[in-house]
Amino acid sequence: MGKKVKITINGQSVEIEKGTSILDAAKQIGVIIPTLCYHKDLCVAGNCRVCIVEVVGQKRLAPACATPCEEGMDILTNTHKVRNSRKHIIELLLSEHNADCTSCYKNGNCELQLLASEYKIMNQDFIHLVPFRNYTIDDYSPSIIKDDSKCIRCQRCVRTCAELQSVNALTMAYKGEYAQVTTFFKKSMNDVICTNCGQCVNHCPTGALVEKNYIEEVWAAISDKDKYVVIQTAPAVRVGLGEELGFDPGSRSTGKMVAALKRLGFDSVMDTDFTADLTIMEEGTELLTRLKKALAGNDKTVKLPMTTSCSPGWIKFIEHLYPEFLDHLSSCKSPQQMFGALVKTYYAKARKMDPAKIVSVSVMPCTAKKFEAARPEMHDSGYRDVDYVLTTRELAIMIKQAGIDFKKLEDMHFDRLMGESTGAGVIFGVTGGVMEAALRTAYELVTGREVPFENLNITPVRGMEGVREARIKIDNPLKEWAFLDGVELKCAVAHGLVNAKYLMDKVKAGKADYHFIEFMACPGGCLGGGGQPIPTNPEIRQRRAEAIYAEDAGMPYRKSHENPEIIKIYKDFLGHPLSEVSHHLLHTKYTPRRL
Amino acid sequence: MKPITELVKDLAERHGRERRCLLPILQGVVEQEKYLSEYSMFEIARQLDLPVTEVYGTATFYSFLECKKMGKYIIRVCKTITCSMKGERQILLAIENMLKIKVGETSQDEKFTLLETNCLGFCHKAPAMLINNEVYTELTPEKIREILSSYLNDKIIGGEHVS
Amino acid sequence: MSANYILKRADFIFKNENDWEEVLTKSLARTPNELINELISSELKGRGGAGFPTGLKWKLTSDLKSDEKFVICNADEGEPGTFKDREILSKVPFKVLTAIAICGYVIGARQGFIYLRGEYFFLQQEMKKAISEFEFFCKEIKFDFKINIFIGSGAYICGEETALFESMEGKRGEPRNKPPYPTAYGYLGKPTVINNVETMAHTYTIFKYGAKRFYDLGVQFSRGTKLFSVSGDTPKPGIYELELGMSLSDFVDEFGDDDTKAVQVGGASGFLVPRKKFSETSIGFEGKLVGISLPTGGSMMLFNSSRSMFNVLDNYLNFFAEESCGQCTPCRVGCQQLLRGIKAVKRGEKPAAYLDKLLNLAETMQYTAKCGLGQSVANSFSSIVENFREEMIY
Repeated sequence: MGKKVKITINGQSVEIEKGTSILDAAKQIGVIIPTLCYHKDLCVAGNCRVCIVEVVGQKRLAPACATPCEEGMDILTNTHKVRNSRKHIIELLLSEHNADCTSCYKNGNCELQLLASEYKIMNQDFIHLVPFRNYTIDDYSPSIIKDDSKCIRCQRCVRTCAELQSVNALTMAYKGEYAQVTTFFKKSMNDVICTNCGQCVNHCPTGALVEKNYIEEVWAAISDKDKYVVIQTAPAVRVGLGEELGFDPGSRSTGKMVAALKRLGFDSVMDTDFTADLTIMEEGTELLTRLKKALAGNDKTVKLPMTTSCSPGWIKFIEHLYPEFLDHLSSCKSPQQMFGALVKTYYAKARKMDPAKIVSVSVMPCTAKKFEAARPEMHDSGYRDVDYVLTTRELAIMIKQAGIDFKKLEDMHFDRLMGESTGAGVIFGVTGGVMEAALRTAYELVTGREVPFENLNITPVRGMEGVREARIKIDNPLKEWAFLDGVELKCAVAHGLVNAKYLMDKVKAGKADYHFIEFMACPGGCLGGGGQPIPTNPEIRQRRAEAIYAEDAGMPYRKSHENPEIIKIYKDFLGHPLSEVSHHLLHTKYTPRRL
Repeated sequence: MKPITELVKDLAERHGRERRCLLPILQGVVEQEKYLSEYSMFEIARQLDLPVTEVYGTATFYSFLECKKMGKYIIRVCKTITCSMKGERQILLAIENMLKIKVGETSQDEKFTLLETNCLGFCHKAPAMLINNEVYTELTPEKIREILSSYLNDKIIGGEHVS
Repeated sequence: MSANYILKRADFIFKNENDWEEVLTKSLARTPNELINELISSELKGRGGAGFPTGLKWKLTSDLKSDEKFVICNADEGEPGTFKDREILSKVPFKVLTAIAICGYVIGARQGFIYLRGEYFFLQQEMKKAISEFEFFCKEIKFDFKINIFIGSGAYICGEETALFESMEGKRGEPRNKPPYPTAYGYLGKPTVINNVETMAHTYTIFKYGAKRFYDLGVQFSRGTKLFSVSGDTPKPGIYELELGMSLSDFVDEFGDDDTKAVQVGGASGFLVPRKKFSETSIGFEGKLVGISLPTGGSMMLFNSSRSMFNVLDNYLNFFAEESCGQCTPCRVGCQQLLRGIKAVKRGEKPAAYLDKLLNLAETMQYTAKCGLGQSVANSFSSIVENFREEMIY
């Protein structure tokens, strides 16, 4: 604990740790100070100046986010001077902002709009600056639309891209009136190193960065009588969707989500968790195969550590920045793409349907999934495996458009064949979850016993630390895995690409002797994905994680290999993990990308 | 003229590869090339192990680090208050007439680029301009003709080094 | 009242007695505390424009423990109408180098930098020669100190001290949030003294002649001499060393062209004083007991009756709109609004009363901008609009 200081905020005395920002101090005693450039995930910038407050005795106003409390400070947050200045600043921001709110995708969920509404900025006296600029909208990326005319230069996206993701697709360029958030030489987001993770979208306070939405396309498919529209729902969606529809963060709405999707008119509602379980079967077997070659066969060409491949942001990251490590990636497609490939083959066959008539839609917590679905290699079913990807936010919009009172919905179940899942599939949505799911299955496969953790909860890989490690010793394995006897399986987990970079640099330097690493592009894993409800912050991610683990704990099956539909698909269709059919439909290759 | 790759490598070796060495390296490239191309920024980013956007974002902040192709001689005419009062317009006109380029343009033979710039710190000797790193002060249209002729013939008359 | 403060010329800075070796050696023989006290009792204030007490600055940095500290001489002289620092560096470089080294000794820094603006690139060679001679001497007297030149690349804002650090660190020259202040967290996050070239040169005078000689010049709160860069409508533009505290009317008597309509004190970020206020205005730091006292980095621009104050303001605002770093809202957007606003009023697209809204905006910028650039735009804006309102409208 640091030294305490006594300060006064609006006449209210408070004792607070020295160095606490005025913003945090005020929050503790229930005084709300508006912010724009501030975000809990990011370093303090102090740029927008919306949070200015009066410190008695100082002529200038102080930014509450960037000013540490000092002994004896007398702070006023609501004086005439503060209000007048704040109004000016909001007006200035509006004057350089394309405030055509009614035609903005973020209408109703824009922090600038909210501020303008709170401060009742009725008359826009200042000269509108947007017409003097040559703004163009960058919509070449399949995931993200960048509209500079709505940018207020708060740099949240720039800090996100650098601090959370170390991707640095975005930067501030030029200065003064020409200062702008842009890419290298103002290229399209599609043509630079961008992982499409959408964290910039999730952190943008306005409509300057939004997901490319496919709402109308999906409505059109639903209303097309000739089409059979199937939707799959990613694990993290069920713990985020509620936030958009009147529930508190951390609410689980699996059953309501299924009910809503049926009401929207999807012909079949199934679960990405099913293919998450399938991923564990394939990826787990792949890992054990690699270990066998390396440890029993002494094969030096085997690439270890093996890394997960379900996060498309991570995939594009490694393709761009560590192309020499592509062989370390599991060849498994992500659960979304496995689902897509199966729905137009296995499912179509079982249901005696023409796959050409199936429209495969997914709802994901992710914007990178839109890019992934559009990859040219993702056509193994003979068709585009996943036709449209919606984010959690887009789904919420559709539910609202359809006039569904989400809170009143009765829970419903996923449809059969690819709708059954396990707790292991659910936890794919949280950082460490893939690792935990893989260990639950792999350990049991190798030893015939359950993982030695209470209630199967592998706590060392849980939590929100950026990089976590776990070691599990294998004793008395089954005969065919005898080479693993006494081997300590070394695993690591990283989430947020800045942590992925940290770990990859260690791997590159030969300072990481892991066997298996789980990488998730977004902080917190998919539950903190770029397509999740806004705001997402550390506290909300924590609640969503708790919800995921609660969902896991409540599932009848907790291990992927126990999923009856998984057992069925291997029996009826795939044969066994890494079979030829599997290889054809469930595995993929990666592309080194230019810098 | 060194190839860019070699130039950047030499500069990195001379100044160092820390972030704080970025400006001198950018300046070194501009000294030879007159501007920073995409390629040179990639090279700098590679040598300093920096994201290329950081190089770009930093470079564009500074008026003297141009990011588009420039002529061999970059003319920067001061447009700040005293120079503007003392006839900057006439100076610009004289240059524009002589070189047949407007502010912001580069001559067809890529010899000259004409730009305006903010205060050069020669207000007592206004109007003033820079050609590359040479300063010329107390300009008149006649003086402009004399100075530019010397550049056209590549027999440069030096500016004043000490006021 | 103005009669008390007549214009007095002085000659310290450019007097080159070539005694820097002696001044350096003698100073290094004194304790850092003695030197700090000498500075404090001289009441020297920073000559870059902000006027922070130099002795206190050195003391604050000296008091901190750190494995590394730096001295930086700010030669990013970018304020329109200022050109004295270049003159100092080209005429008496050794005084500056000596002062930097003494500062290094006082605060415990082994390295000093001169941040030279890119526009003064041509000074570099001569300076480097001087530095190697200087460092050679330091070695001889076994004083371990290095001085490097860091060249800017055309950005006015880098004259702001924290923006200057960012620039030296290879980044965009964007001012930092303060606190922390440079004395504790400066270049590379280390305690740093950053002083303007002229301030450094004055410390040389003080260490050479003692604090009293300096203190006895000037007036209360504004001790010593100051270099003035005189330009605009004047028959004798140039650099002059004058005692602080003179009245503006005396200044105009000396430098005006008998038709002076207004004087811009302190460059584009300073104040415009119209003729009717010459006699009540004196030049020095705030704190004078009567009348208006204007601080300045030394830029004195004179305008005669042929000049349109609208054009002057338009020029300044263009300058600020371009040279703002662009990170904080009030400065980035405010400058553009002021600029476009006065043009709109002039063209009749906005009513004259819009000027009041702009004055109000300028005040907000003063209260809320992140650094001195945005905060000081109001100085020239308000002083010009208030004193020459008609010229803005018609």
